[in-house]
Amino acid sequence: MTRDDVAAMLIDELGRIAPETDASRLDPNAELRDELDIDSMDFLNLVTALAERLTIDIPETDYPKLATLGHVVDYLVQRLGVAARAVTSSEQPEPHHRGPPSLGRESS
Amino acid sequence: MGEFRMPSLGADMDAGTLVEWLKRPGDRVKRGDIVAVVETQKGAIEVDIFEEGVIERWLVEPGTTVPVGTPLALIAGAQPAAAVAEAEVAAPAAPTPAPAAPPTVSPVPEPRTGMSRPRVSPAARRLAAERGISLDQLIGSGPGGTILHADVERAAAGAAPRPTTAKRLDLAEMRRAIAAAMARSKREIPHYYLSTTIELTRSLAWLEETNSTRPPAQRLLLAALLLKAVASALGEAREFNGFFTAEGFQPGAGIHIGTAIAIRGGGLVAPAIRDADKLTLNELMAQLRDLVARARSGALRSSELSDPTITVTNLGERSVETVFGVIYPPQVALVGFGMPVERPWAVAGKIATRRVITATLAADHRASDGHRGALFLADIDHRLQGPETL
Repeated sequence: MTRDDVAAMLIDELGRIAPETDASRLDPNAELRDELDIDSMDFLNLVTALAERLTIDIPETDYPKLATLGHVVDYLVQRLGVAARAVTSSEQPEPHHRGPPSLGRESS
Repeated sequence: MGEFRMPSLGADMDAGTLVEWLKRPGDRVKRGDIVAVVETQKGAIEVDIFEEGVIERWLVEPGTTVPVGTPLALIAGAQPAAAVAEAEVAAPAAPTPAPAAPPTVSPVPEPRTGMSRPRVSPAARRLAAERGISLDQLIGSGPGGTILHADVERAAAGAAPRPTTAKRLDLAEMRRAIAAAMARSKREIPHYYLSTTIELTRSLAWLEETNSTRPPAQRLLLAALLLKAVASALGEAREFNGFFTAEGFQPGAGIHIGTAIAIRGGGLVAPAIRDADKLTLNELMAQLRDLVARARSGALRSSELSDPTITVTNLGERSVETVFGVIYPPQVALVGFGMPVERPWAVAGKIATRRVITATLAADHRASDGHRGALFLADIDHRLQGPETL
């Protein structure tokens, strides 16, 4: 999945949450919450949709990294890279793997 | 013989327009079934039925506007809920419609108007509303041409137009409804106001810990904790839960919390989370999520709008610290929460920074006094200090 694919998916999901705005014309540096009038429920729905479509975890502690359109794309691309590596490494589980809980369970 | 009537969805509604029948004559209905869609000032509302029986006939055609209370359909064998068990035993005697080919629905697509509208499954209707798909354009693949969830999914996959709030919600009408209700409130209800600042350290820490092990779909929002704290506190503060009528204060039969939800583009609805005191936090959160989604797509049910026994408004993030509520008549109280903020706070004789929230109560002085109101707010505070027990 390319960076453009990730951006297109994000714009699609933002369009569901804020249907009256054209998310594809959004300034990549604008604060999403202000620009699209997104409240905490909208934001949770966005995170839920992205996590399910990309089958990645997006921990709450990472929410501050998701302020702008550009930041969200950067973050997702980075998470997808991490997820791909984690799948590879789980083929050779280390005895004392100390990854995030969801990955650690698979290797134990 | 019972009558299915145009419901009243609040003090401000005097008429509604029947948009569509979702059940047809011969259909067996039970309490909670969605029978019709009605257009009101609050948008298109799914109307559920309180009785058990068989639809005898329709009395009103789609497109007709009638006053609240007008019979819309006759229900054969309608009886109080207590007799439902017997009715089920006797069910074979009731006229059972042949499941094959209802005569009014043609399998050949043709312009559909009035009584020849297609049947639509509630799940399909919800999906269509979410995706902004017009049901008139769909050909149903279900029995008798019923439009199914899968039909809408197929249409959504082909062309995915964006949902628009304007499609099912008339914001100008909603503004008029709010104006009427709030003018009545300020004219009739002698409000008194109380305010307190609640430390959120424990609630937020518990929330962060709980959410850290959950996927996003199962995470909780602070709003769920606040609603649960109010619902639990109401168990011992009954004079804030109910209605003020010509006979005076009438306590609510259950604790049904009207949850104020802002509509994108302006406007507000406050549908009920029923029996919120009996729900677990997870259940309450799931209902809140569902309610917000349906409020914004304009797919609320009639009972959700007529049920609330109190309203909670939660300003959330990116707002201000304090809200002074206006009570929604005939309710007698509104609890408001402002934006959680970090503030200097005295802890064991020293100043520390703590995250706090301002809780306010607007209450009807005809139903309660400030002393009881203060105890109620203090109890909400107390409950938020023990989030694990909510």
